[in-house]
Amino acid sequence: MIKFEKFILENGLRVLVHEDKSTPMAVLNVLYDVGAKDENPEKTGFAHLFEHLMFGGSKNIPTYDEPLQLAGGENNAFTTNDLTNYYCQLPAENIETAFWLESDRMLSLAFSKKSLEVQRKVVCEEFKEHYINKPYGGVWHKLRNLAYTVHPYKWMTIGASLKHVEDATLEDVKDFFYKHYTPCNAILVVAGNIDIENIKTLSEKWFGPIPSGKKYNRSIQAEPSQTAPRHLEVKSGVPLDALYKCWHIYPRMDKRYYACDLISDILSGGGSSRLFQSLVKEKQLFSNLDCYHFGSTDAGLMTIEGKLVKGVDIKEAEKAVMEEIMKLQTEGISQTELEKVKNKAESAMAFEDMSLMNRASSIAMYELLGDANLINTELSIYQAVTAEEIKEQSRIIFDDNNCSTMYYLSDN
Amino acid sequence: MNRKIAPNIKDAIDYKLQLKPYEHIKLDNGISVYSVNAGAQEVVQLEMVFYAGNSFEQQRGVAAATNFLLKNGTSTKTAFQINEAFEYYGGYCNRACYNETAVISLHSLTKHVNKLLPVMYEMLTDAVFPEEELKVYKQNAQQRLKVNLQKAEFVAGRLIDSYVYGENHPYGVYTNPLDIESLHTEVCKKFYEQYYLNGNCIIFAAGNFPEQFIKELNAVFGKLKVNTTSIKAPVVDAVPAVEKKYRINNDPNAVQGAIRLASPFPNRHHPDFKKAMVLNTLFGGFFGARLMSNIREDKGYTYGIYSYIQNHLQETAWVVSTEAGKDVSEATIEEVYKEMKRLREEKIGEDELLLVRNYMIGGILGELDGPFQIMAKWKNIVLNNLDETYFYDSVKEIKTVSADALMELANKYLLPEKFYELVVY
Repeated sequence: MIKFEKFILENGLRVLVHEDKSTPMAVLNVLYDVGAKDENPEKTGFAHLFEHLMFGGSKNIPTYDEPLQLAGGENNAFTTNDLTNYYCQLPAENIETAFWLESDRMLSLAFSKKSLEVQRKVVCEEFKEHYINKPYGGVWHKLRNLAYTVHPYKWMTIGASLKHVEDATLEDVKDFFYKHYTPCNAILVVAGNIDIENIKTLSEKWFGPIPSGKKYNRSIQAEPSQTAPRHLEVKSGVPLDALYKCWHIYPRMDKRYYACDLISDILSGGGSSRLFQSLVKEKQLFSNLDCYHFGSTDAGLMTIEGKLVKGVDIKEAEKAVMEEIMKLQTEGISQTELEKVKNKAESAMAFEDMSLMNRASSIAMYELLGDANLINTELSIYQAVTAEEIKEQSRIIFDDNNCSTMYYLSDN
Repeated sequence: MNRKIAPNIKDAIDYKLQLKPYEHIKLDNGISVYSVNAGAQEVVQLEMVFYAGNSFEQQRGVAAATNFLLKNGTSTKTAFQINEAFEYYGGYCNRACYNETAVISLHSLTKHVNKLLPVMYEMLTDAVFPEEELKVYKQNAQQRLKVNLQKAEFVAGRLIDSYVYGENHPYGVYTNPLDIESLHTEVCKKFYEQYYLNGNCIIFAAGNFPEQFIKELNAVFGKLKVNTTSIKAPVVDAVPAVEKKYRINNDPNAVQGAIRLASPFPNRHHPDFKKAMVLNTLFGGFFGARLMSNIREDKGYTYGIYSYIQNHLQETAWVVSTEAGKDVSEATIEEVYKEMKRLREEKIGEDELLLVRNYMIGGILGELDGPFQIMAKWKNIVLNNLDETYFYDSVKEIKTVSADALMELANKYLLPEKFYELVVY
C-alpha cells in the first residue's frame, strides 16, 4: 500500500505527497498535461523540443542544473505523446532547492535565443541517433502514420520530420509555454523523507503565487474505427526482413484495456509465452518476436513485431502468427495460464515500486488519468480479469479489418 | 520572497555515508553467501556468480553460449518447462556473461522465492545442452549480430576495446559470425562441467527475505558440488594496437559518427583510481560535466557525451563516448582534447569542485537507497577483491581531493597521445 495525501492550491495546481521515512532522499516530480498529441500537425516534435528548453534557464535563475547539482541532486525529464514529466531527486534536507527551481520555471522561462538554437541542434542529433542512424529506426514513424488517420498519435514524439524541429521559433516557444505550462495544467508530486505539513507550506510559498493560467481543454478527434485491413510494404537497407502488425485497442481508462494488456503477456511475455515458443523455438520462423503496446491514454495499438529467420517467406511467417492468434480466439486460455500472467503483473508492479522515483512518477501519471489511487487498486483490476474476457477481447481486437500490416523488407 | 536567491542547502559532503553491512555465511559446501535483508517491497533478488566468464574459454563465444543455454533444458525439463516454472510465479531468471564471471540471477516476490530455488539448482546441476536449442541459439545470435553490425555505436564499442587490449585479450575479443557458427554442444558441456558443475560460486542475496531464507539457501545450494579453492582467471597481457587513430566507414548513409576515445588505465587497486573517479565526473561523468557543457549545451554537436572508466577487474580503460553529427565529428574530437588541455593547465575553481563533490555524494546517498542497490555496491567490492575501506576511502577522496591533485592527475592521464581515437561512420 502506497500512501499519499492530496491537496489543491488556489491556482489549481494539484499536489500529492508520499512520505517514505526509510530513505534519506526526496523526489520532486512535476507532470504537465501536454504531449505530442497537442501539437500542431505542421509543427510536430515541439512538446519534446520544449522539454529541452525547460533546462535553458528560467525567469530568475540562469541555469536549472547547477544549483540542483550543488544541492546533491540530479534530474531528468521525458516527453510522450500524452504528457511531459520532469523529476529530480536530492537529499531530503535540500528539498526546498527543488521547489525553488521548479516553481521558477513554471512561473516563466528565460526564453533564451541561444538555448533555442543549441537545443534545436541537440534534438536533431537525438533524432538522427535514434531514428535515422539505426537499422529499423524509421519503423514507428511509418507504422503510426499507417494505423492512425486523424488522431495525433500519427506522429512520433520526436517529430514527423527534422524540418519541423529546425523551424521552431522563439514565438512558438512562448505560445506553447503560456498555453500549457501553467499550474492548472500541472501535477506536483513530492515523495521521500519529507513532512506533509512542511510540503504544504513549501508548496504555498513557491507555487502558490504563480498565476493559474487558463485550463487547456483539448479537443482531439477520436480515431474512427478502422473498417478495412491496411498494408504497407517498405524496402530498406536493413539486414533482415521484419513483420509488423498493429490492432487498435482501448483507451487507458477503459476496463477492457486490462484484458488486452494481459493478452500481450500471454502472447509474448517471456520464454514460456505462446508466440515465442511456437514461432521462435518450434517453427523457427522468427529470430525474435514481441507483442506489446504503449499504454497510451487514448486508444493505443496492440503490436506484434518480429524479425524473420533468413530465407523464410514473410507471408508464411504472417500466416503462422495468425494461426496462433486464431488458437487464442477459438480455444481461449487455461486457468493456469491466466494465473501466470496475473502473477507476472503483480511481480512487475512490486519491482517497479521499489524505486522512490518510480513511485513518484506513477502517482503523477495515475493522477493525470483521473485516480492516483490506481497505484494501489490496479492490481485487483488485473486479478478480476476472466479467461472468458481474454477470449472475447482477442476475438474483438484481432480482427483483420482492425489491422495495419507492414512488411519491412531488406533490399539487399 | 526573492526568487533570485537560492534556499540554503546542506552540503552533501557534510553527510556521513554508511554502507549498510552485509551478513556473510558459508553454506555446507563452502559457498559464500553475502546478504542484505531489508526493504519495504516484498521482493527478493538472488545472484549466483560463477567464475565462468569469457576469460576462461578456449574458443570464442563458448562462455556466453554455455551461460545462455543453462536455462534451455535439463534431463527432466524442456526449456519451455523451465521458463514456465519461473514465469508461473512471476519470477524472472536471467543470465549474463561477463569477462571473469557469469551470473544466474533470480528476481521474485518474497512469497514465491523458495519454490523457485530448486529450479535454479536443477539448471546448475543437470543442464543437458540439447542440440536443437544450440541450433536456435546460433541462428538467432547470428541474426542479432548482423543487425548490430549495422549500428555504428556497436561496431565502435567492439573496435575500441580491441585497440586498447588487443583482439586476443578477454576484454578486447569479439565474436564474429563464424565463431558462432563453430559452436558445438560438446564444447559447451565441457565448459559447463569445468566452470559450473565443478566451478566456484558466490551468492549475493538482497531484499525482503522470507523466514529462514538463508537456511533454505543452504538446503538447496549447500549441496552443489563446487570447487571452493578460488579459481583465478588466466592473466593475459594486453597487446595494445600500435596505430592510435582510426576512421571507419561502416554505413554509406550514415548521418552521425560514433566517436570513442580510450586510454589504458589501472584497476581499482591503484592509488590513483579513487581520485580519477572525481576527475572523471568533472570531465565527462554527468550532465554538468565539462564535455557535456561544452559539446552539447554550448555547441549542440551531440545528444549526449560522456566519459567513464570501464569496470574491469584486471586493467581497464578511460573512455570518452558520443554520437555526433557527421559534419561535426572531427570538431567534437578537437573539443574533447581542448577540455583535456584545460584540465591539465587551469586549476579547477573551488565552486565547481564543491558542485562536483556535492553531486557525487548526493548520488551515492541515492544509490544506497534500497537493498538491491546496497548489494550492487557490495558485489562490486567483493568481486574486485576489496573491502569496505574502499567505499569509505572513496567517499573521503570525493570530500577532500584538492584542485592541485586533480590537475596533477590530468597531467598524468588526460594526454591526447595516450588515447586511441576512433570514429565509425
